[in-house]
Amino acid sequence: MGISKEELVEEIFQMVEKAHGKRKLKASDIWKDMIKKHPEVDKKIVQDAIKTLVDAGRCVYTYFGGSFVEIPHEEAAAKH
Amino acid sequence: MSKTPLLDQLESGPWPSFVTDLKRIAAKKPQVLDLLGQLERSYQEKITHWKHGGIVGVLGYGSGIIGRYSDLPDEFPGVEHFHTMRINQPSGWFYTTAALRQLCDIWDKHGSSVMNLHGATGDVIFLGCRTENLEPCFAELTAAGWDLGGSGSTFRSPSCCVGPARCEWSCYDTMEACYEITQEMQFDLHRPSYPYKYKIKFSGCPNDCVAAVARADLSVIGVWKDDIRVDQSAVQAYAGGELKPKGGGAHVDKLDVQADVVGLCPTYCMSYDGKTLKIDDRNCNHCMHCINMMPQALRPGTETGAAILLGSHAPILEGAQLSWVIQPFMVMESPYDEFKELNSRITEWWAEHGKNRERVGELILRLGMREFLEAAELPPAPQQVRIPRANPFFFWNQSDFDAEAKGRKYYQTEGFDVE
Repeated sequence: MGISKEELVEEIFQMVEKAHGKRKLKASDIWKDMIKKHPEVDKKIVQDAIKTLVDAGRCVYTYFGGSFVEIPHEEAAAKH
Repeated sequence: MSKTPLLDQLESGPWPSFVTDLKRIAAKKPQVLDLLGQLERSYQEKITHWKHGGIVGVLGYGSGIIGRYSDLPDEFPGVEHFHTMRINQPSGWFYTTAALRQLCDIWDKHGSSVMNLHGATGDVIFLGCRTENLEPCFAELTAAGWDLGGSGSTFRSPSCCVGPARCEWSCYDTMEACYEITQEMQFDLHRPSYPYKYKIKFSGCPNDCVAAVARADLSVIGVWKDDIRVDQSAVQAYAGGELKPKGGGAHVDKLDVQADVVGLCPTYCMSYDGKTLKIDDRNCNHCMHCINMMPQALRPGTETGAAILLGSHAPILEGAQLSWVIQPFMVMESPYDEFKELNSRITEWWAEHGKNRERVGELILRLGMREFLEAAELPPAPQQVRIPRANPFFFWNQSDFDAEAKGRKYYQTEGFDVE
């Protein structure tokens, strides 16, 4: 039995949280990493897990010259 | 004295002016006055005062909202937040008046009232929304049946020409294809999962009215396989001046069939003896010139579909590039399974190998068309050769060398139109 969807969601969240402030992760960085760690999952499963995190507001998509998955935070551009 | 002397100059020409429009809107939306003020400032200083991108969006979506902030919020508080919303357009940009009024009413309520019909991908563009108004505006739009379009590293809202709705030359139902693909790609449209942007445009015939060949990563251009249909009596009517060339839209009233049609055929595949127009359809490259000149005499054939091209983009360093034929002919009929499967193979390969901000056409230039064709499971075809003698796409496998050792010749005519 491979990793459950709930476990996968948490693992992705931790990955995004760990990268926060250090490296911006694209969705493809996440699914490539997860498939490497868990060969039984496929890209669609990882994408659905990212969707779960975004729909719950735990992660957000951001755009800084490309689109990334990040932890919600106050962006510098909104401050003045 | 006017506060916007530079902008005022843009009202002085003979054409409609966006400055005039903005001044009219500013009478009821004070933030637009700040928009004019900041733009005037930019014109004076020759620098933008917008900060672009960021985190803003609506819950669950990663596209459709483009963050825009002023870097002069104290001076122009009305444009402190001035986000852009992209609204996915209906196929072929067909609206009822009621639908347009509905969009305007929603935007008057939640935003600046400044809109653009349409953006480069065809979306309706709402310009100027504060962050706190994004969700209410989105909720009202979706309740009315509208949806956001694509932005960022996503599948962008596909667009199409009006196709068979108004054009007799359309070789497939562009609007249906556009709608079907929009529905198929909902996940990729709203949730960024690509290395960069990815656009599909559908043109019904080689006239390519949506400029798919230049403006879409995947260009779907209608084409026919059989012969151009010719009405010889109508050809005579054009030659005699009874019918106006280009439906009356040409620079001359009477067509010189030899000079204006036959003489301008790029492949010299036509001849005219004063009575009969003959076309060597095997050498026709479907440029549409003759059909455009004599629309009542010539028509596309009846065995229709689309040519699939890939890779157009306009990067700063390499310059603009047109799409490249990858499949010369595909039948385009609902449910478009063959097209969907090909599109899926393309995006899978690109997502796997593409670098950040690398378009699929750039990836092909980096890794080679040969590698792409193998990944997309497309057989090599003569139409794929863009530069003769430079990219013939021979696939040398060990089995070829083995076969050569056993006496097989490289030349084969089977499957090709070689006489």
